[in-house]
Amino acid sequence: MENPKLNIVEAVNLALKQEMERDPSILIFGEDVGKDGGVFRVTDKLQDQFGEGRVFDSPLGESGIAGMAIGLAMYGFKPVVEVQFDGFYQQMLDQMLQHAARMRNRSRGRYSVPMVVRVPSGGGIKALEHHSESIETYVAHTPGLKVVYPSTPYDAKGLLLAAIRDPDPVIFMEPKRLYRAIKQEVPLEDYIVPIGVANVLQEGTDLTVIAWGGMVREVQKVIATLPHLSIELIDLRTISPFDEPAILASVQKTGRLVIIQEAPKMFGPGSEIAALVAEKALYSLKAPIQRVAAPDITVPYLKAEHWYIPDVFQIEQAIQAAMV
Amino acid sequence: MTQDIFSQFNPLEGKRFQVMDENGNISTDPTVAALRPAEVTDDFIKQAYEKMLFMKMADQKANNLQRTGRMGTYASIRGQEATQAGTALAMQRTDWLVPAFRELGVMWMHGVPMENMYVYWMGNEIGSLPPPDVNCIPISIAVGSQMLHAVGLGMGMKKKKETKVAVTFFGDGATSEGDFHEAMNCAGVFQPNTVFICQNNQWAISVPRSYQTKSVTIAQKAQAYGIPGIQVDGNDLIAMYVATKTAIDRARRGEGATLIEAYTYRLGDHTTSDDAKKYRDPAEVELWKPKDPMIRLQKYLAARNLWSQAYEDELVARYEKEIDVIVEKSQSVQYNPADIFDYTYAQLTPHLIEQRTEFLTRLEIQS
Repeated sequence: MENPKLNIVEAVNLALKQEMERDPSILIFGEDVGKDGGVFRVTDKLQDQFGEGRVFDSPLGESGIAGMAIGLAMYGFKPVVEVQFDGFYQQMLDQMLQHAARMRNRSRGRYSVPMVVRVPSGGGIKALEHHSESIETYVAHTPGLKVVYPSTPYDAKGLLLAAIRDPDPVIFMEPKRLYRAIKQEVPLEDYIVPIGVANVLQEGTDLTVIAWGGMVREVQKVIATLPHLSIELIDLRTISPFDEPAILASVQKTGRLVIIQEAPKMFGPGSEIAALVAEKALYSLKAPIQRVAAPDITVPYLKAEHWYIPDVFQIEQAIQAAMV
Repeated sequence: MTQDIFSQFNPLEGKRFQVMDENGNISTDPTVAALRPAEVTDDFIKQAYEKMLFMKMADQKANNLQRTGRMGTYASIRGQEATQAGTALAMQRTDWLVPAFRELGVMWMHGVPMENMYVYWMGNEIGSLPPPDVNCIPISIAVGSQMLHAVGLGMGMKKKKETKVAVTFFGDGATSEGDFHEAMNCAGVFQPNTVFICQNNQWAISVPRSYQTKSVTIAQKAQAYGIPGIQVDGNDLIAMYVATKTAIDRARRGEGATLIEAYTYRLGDHTTSDDAKKYRDPAEVELWKPKDPMIRLQKYLAARNLWSQAYEDELVARYEKEIDVIVEKSQSVQYNPADIFDYTYAQLTPHLIEQRTEFLTRLEIQS
């Protein structure tokens, strides 16, 4: 059968469907994920195929969703739950941080919580307050959690399968602004994109740009306007544990680094990447590291959102600054 | 039939289920008498008393260990022995226990070795690794957060069409947490094989029960979630056994969750780091002392020539020796340094491998 061209929503849906056919322990629940198929339709028609026993709506409470998933995961199920919007992850942060992430350690390996939390993430869709947040810093700072953030349909399917099969809790961030923005051939057969491995989307020798999630496509737009530069673009794909060898190898090759992050600038993954390079590749650097990120302010409402999220102008400025 | 216990003792009608009063007398009320199952013989009660005495002594020993610097902060169960023994006796070995942190007695009776518990309170996570055939989730310190896990476990049991039950413990303070509401609400919606045991010991550190909720009882809250709730004299072993057995059997049949409010009293401080004299009227404690769950059992058994001071002394001497051995064993458990890294994930991540190596190298240099 020919491989279909899918967008990210369809790729995640396909991954869920195929993995549920393979693994009867998978349960999907969350707000409106049943008959409605989720507000973004990511779980569309899954209840029809797998029944209400495996795909069901939960009462409206994120802490409850996470807490029940923890119990089910400890009992041998594989919950793949949905948080309707990034901003509401904070209502389950307590359960994820205090229990999901700690149970293996607390019980010295007796109990574990293999679950996946799918989080539609980031801005760019002109939504309400709490619907455009970038939570990677919060989740990546929790020992015991893994955090992945694909930017393409191919990676969305492969990383989700890796996340579901992972023995530890994984936060699966989905870039809302790219949900239906790009189509890509997605293999029907089984494959995974391993957690912890970045993707060099484009090789280059002048400069390294690292981005993830909704920012990757913005960087690609800028690169297309700079044909005179040989830019290496790394899609981080996994925020935690991130691919240290890939970052160091690239910076050692190019000597210049630009980091693009949609989340607020301070204490985020970009800070950690910059610190890593300062610790382990400082002498490879030919210019100061440049970072483009959202300012450390509350996400503005939709009329001002475009000032907040890093844009192509800022990305190009940062690249030019790194080339001096 | 026992099924009727929840309607016969409706908390909204001001009823509290009690079988044995504080003088060790069994209720003559025919409704109550009809609820007492055949297995609750004098021998059953005597054996339960012996378990409760052991947990009371092990609890006292934990306090002493803390006072002499051999244990960290410890939360005493003194006064709540009947609540814990009654529930443990109603559980089967294959059931799952989801405790808070004031559950030394029920955890021990469910199969967690007392040595494990001491190792835990001495500050080593390895104490929370139960024997392979014992299903007990580690102690949950974050108040009220563990009830949802029991809902998830109970949902899993139901989905697998099993007859196991998840029993979770929490205090009166925990009922103010949002997760209590979410757990009760989800239990109403999904009808899991779950039993909620609220040890209402009247105090959440220094805050009395009346400051936690305007509800007259905690049990009545169950009705808002569409599940049965009952207030039980938590210092009455038989009442606790009968009520929890009924709730557990109900969950086992797949009929859903129940809330049991064990009305009891924290005779000690909140923990070894607390001094209840600062906020609690000593007169209140004096009022509760005669209701001690141990005393009424002694009276009951003595009236049947099954208890005497000599019998008590002999048990105490035997248990003291047993507990001393347990203390010695728990103190000899070494903390394996690499353990602090090795259970963060199923497999160490690259950055943890690096940090673990740095840590172990540092320990070697320092030693």
